Amino acid sequence: MQAALPILSATIWLPIIGGIAVLASGDKAPNVSKWTALAFALLTFLVSLPLWFGFDITTAQMQFVERAAWIPSFQIEYYLGVDGISMPLILLTTFITIFVIIAGWEVITYRPSQYLAAFLIMEGVMVGVFSALDAILFYVFWEAMLIPMFLIIGVWGGANRVYATIKFFLYTFFGSVFMLVALIYMYFESGSFDILAFHDLKLGLNAQILIFIAFLLAFAVKVPMWPVHTWLPDAHVEAPTGGSVILAAIMLKIGGYGFLRFSLPITPDASAELDWLIIAMSLIAVVYIGFVALVQQDMKKLIAYSSIAHMGFVTLGFFIAFGIFAQVGVEAGTAPGSGVAMGISGGMVQMVSHGFISAAMFLCVGVLYDRLHSRQIADYGGVVHTMPVFAALMVFFAMANAGLPGTSGFVGEFMVILASFRADFWFAFLAGTTLIIGAAYTLWMVKRVVYGEVKSEGVAGLTDINAREFLVLGGLALAVLILGLWPEPLVEVMDASIANLIKHVAVSKLPL
Amino acid sequence: MAFATTDLIPILPELVTLVTACTILLVDLFLKEEQKGVNHTLAILGLLAAIGATWVVGGGERQAVFDGSFVRDGMSDVLIGSTLLITLLTFVYSRDYLQSRGLLCGEYYALVLFAVLGMLVMISANSFLTVYLGLELLALSLYALVAFDRDSRAGAEAAMKYFVLGALGSGMLLYGISMIYGATGSIDLATVAKVVAAQGMGNKVLVFGLAFLVVGIGFKFGAVPFHMWVPDVYQGAPMPVVAFLGSVPKMAAFALAMRLLVDGLGPLHHDWQGMLVILAVLSMGLGNLVAVAQTNIKRMLAYSTISHVGFLFLGVLAGTAHGYSVAMFYAVVYALMAAGAFGLLSLLSRDGVEAENLEDLKGLNERDPWYAAIMAILMFSMAGVPPTVGFMAKLMVLEAVVRIDLVWVALVAVFFSIIGAFYYIRVVKYMYFDKPVTEAPVVLSGGARVAISVNGLAVLLLGLFPAVLLGICQAAFL
Repeated sequence: MQAALPILSATIWLPIIGGIAVLASGDKAPNVSKWTALAFALLTFLVSLPLWFGFDITTAQMQFVERAAWIPSFQIEYYLGVDGISMPLILLTTFITIFVIIAGWEVITYRPSQYLAAFLIMEGVMVGVFSALDAILFYVFWEAMLIPMFLIIGVWGGANRVYATIKFFLYTFFGSVFMLVALIYMYFESGSFDILAFHDLKLGLNAQILIFIAFLLAFAVKVPMWPVHTWLPDAHVEAPTGGSVILAAIMLKIGGYGFLRFSLPITPDASAELDWLIIAMSLIAVVYIGFVALVQQDMKKLIAYSSIAHMGFVTLGFFIAFGIFAQVGVEAGTAPGSGVAMGISGGMVQMVSHGFISAAMFLCVGVLYDRLHSRQIADYGGVVHTMPVFAALMVFFAMANAGLPGTSGFVGEFMVILASFRADFWFAFLAGTTLIIGAAYTLWMVKRVVYGEVKSEGVAGLTDINAREFLVLGGLALAVLILGLWPEPLVEVMDASIANLIKHVAVSKLPL
Repeated sequence: MAFATTDLIPILPELVTLVTACTILLVDLFLKEEQKGVNHTLAILGLLAAIGATWVVGGGERQAVFDGSFVRDGMSDVLIGSTLLITLLTFVYSRDYLQSRGLLCGEYYALVLFAVLGMLVMISANSFLTVYLGLELLALSLYALVAFDRDSRAGAEAAMKYFVLGALGSGMLLYGISMIYGATGSIDLATVAKVVAAQGMGNKVLVFGLAFLVVGIGFKFGAVPFHMWVPDVYQGAPMPVVAFLGSVPKMAAFALAMRLLVDGLGPLHHDWQGMLVILAVLSMGLGNLVAVAQTNIKRMLAYSTISHVGFLFLGVLAGTAHGYSVAMFYAVVYALMAAGAFGLLSLLSRDGVEAENLEDLKGLNERDPWYAAIMAILMFSMAGVPPTVGFMAKLMVLEAVVRIDLVWVALVAVFFSIIGAFYYIRVVKYMYFDKPVTEAPVVLSGGARVAISVNGLAVLLLGLFPAVLLGICQAAFL
């Protein structure tokens, strides 16, 4: 189904063109750059809205498809399309970018045009990752994403930014190059770089396992999963607020998306063989990283570790399917209501919800950092006395982060835990501990930062959030609340695509 | 042997280059010190004329002239065109540097043009003798160019090393050629190929000759373990000379490998494939590893060149028309990137300040965001990060080796490219994350500004739309 209007192309290229325009505007008139950037971000969001409203939820087919030859002699195409899995993530990207642009409004004084341009270009590239259906196009976007992020952390980051950004770049680059070889290999097996054709490919078990590992390297680094998560706390701590938000809210999701688009449907047999590995890594992330978060002194680091723990839920939900198949058999497992679909959509809901909550948490820390230039928990205390509005919002986001029912944080975690029960009680038990650990580290941090006596003169002199900050945090609070109370539309959008994905996962791709 | 005037038509680009070089030598005698710019103009006009000549005589059927010792085919059209174009770029980059150091004289342009002539002859050679003729013309001009700044001790030392090792390389090559001549009784590449196909590998002299030939090619490319001259020469030579020597001759070296190994010893593909695998893996490994430890940017890029040669070999060793075309793509793209990177460095090192150490790039983004952006594009391209053309080139050679089931070589290649990424992004780090040492803005003449911008954008645009250049390269091997 070819799209009548190139909406996806517009969503990709509009912000990139905007970024170049902002770059060209230079730093002589920062306000011009800022308003241009904001205009492009808003426009991109508006352009991306038809993806949601024009989406046909009854089909798992790719929609809004655009297809044109790009490098004909290699059968590489400019091939875009979305299904229920990628479309919500694209909207998340265009939505969050607006807030990131606003969040850097007064804070960034060093070369603001380059800063804003980097975010706009990155927005386009990330949308490209989610909508690419050609493997090389996907890879180009996937890697191109590193360049603006590398610069954002390195130029506008904190004291130790150079170390953090080079670590970030090399880690992710390391993860992805092996995926490139796997993609080339599959090109020879299938005769094209069409990702959907990869889904129907028959591959021997050994080949599948090697391909699975190549994908795992790429996606596990991006998610990030324990034990390749160590770049994330560094990158987060050093990145400017906007960089942290994009990292946590969207870039991590790209890893999760990769599992759904590549690992599960292309190598289901290898996934079934190695699902214990992913589940173990996920549970370690949930439990162990949760404890690591508990002892952090730096707020950003704490949220970074909390992100890793939350992403553990995502990967757990995706790979719990094989445990359920083992329990009830493939036939019953693919039937509706078996828990397989619940695990995967739970992971998806968790990704979207984490996109809002982590963004909000990093923005909260950013608000405090802009005022006192410290991220240490020990430097704060009693913020509620001087910043009541902010304190209310921060407590709300902390509750959401801890998975309070009624917020979006609860929905995804609950679905994944429920699905885990179908596979193994102990998986569910270990995953369930997050309700305690997560609450412990988040609320303890809030207690030390927000409540108590006013800690210092700095805290006593704090001014409450201004209209701009309120707009940003309030908007996100609304999103968290809506998704928490009424997740149905999001789940419905994904339904058909996830059912189709499960069909691919349940069928052996071994050659006959 | 009858001489036909029509034989001169296919060699028109070579003739134009020769005439330009000689004209500059003559005109230079009558120029006063402040008129030396005329040389520059003449050289550029000559190159433009040669490009025009390539355009006119290029295309169409393969033509062999002068008793089959000289050939014009699809490959030579592409390589000659790119050689002339990229030389043109390096001329534009070098002018300010040469002028500010009092080096703007006719000899520079004449020597570069003779080197170009040597490369053109090499590219179009169809017999061992022509290959060697072109190679030596190139090599002798380059030795002189490296020592061109005669007051520079480093330059003289580099030239000496280059001369000794280059002579050794040429000797190896010649020795190999003599054995192959002994085994086949011909210096004509097509005849050699026929005889070799008939004899097979039974003839030990032939195997010996092949080994020496590969060693000679390894020397000229600067592939590990025959790379020792590369870092010293790059470091010692004046920057504009490096911009030329580090870029264009790679295409000629590619042509050398193609003419000798494919046209001449194609039937022995199976035997030289293994040798090239070793050279490629060693070059990618050592080049990338040692580059990490460098603080001198010329030296760092020298080791980076070595690693790129390894990648280029991947396409050649595939042994298929497809592999050759992507290797040619790689050679052209690499020449473009290297010319841009060294060109930018020579533009930055004016008024006595040499931009030689990584430190000298500190804070370039503060001084001039546009040049910093171009350099960043070039570095990301060399590292093979999309959407630049460097990624496309790497993708294609990797595809070529996976196609012949050498997946392990592809894995080794990507592994070392991770290490490579480190030192390229370190350059970006210096430009963007560090404070500048000097606040002096970068002043460039208009021509250089346009040329470097075109060069940088070409690297980006070719990455976004590689199909055109790739199509040209593939058509050359149909």
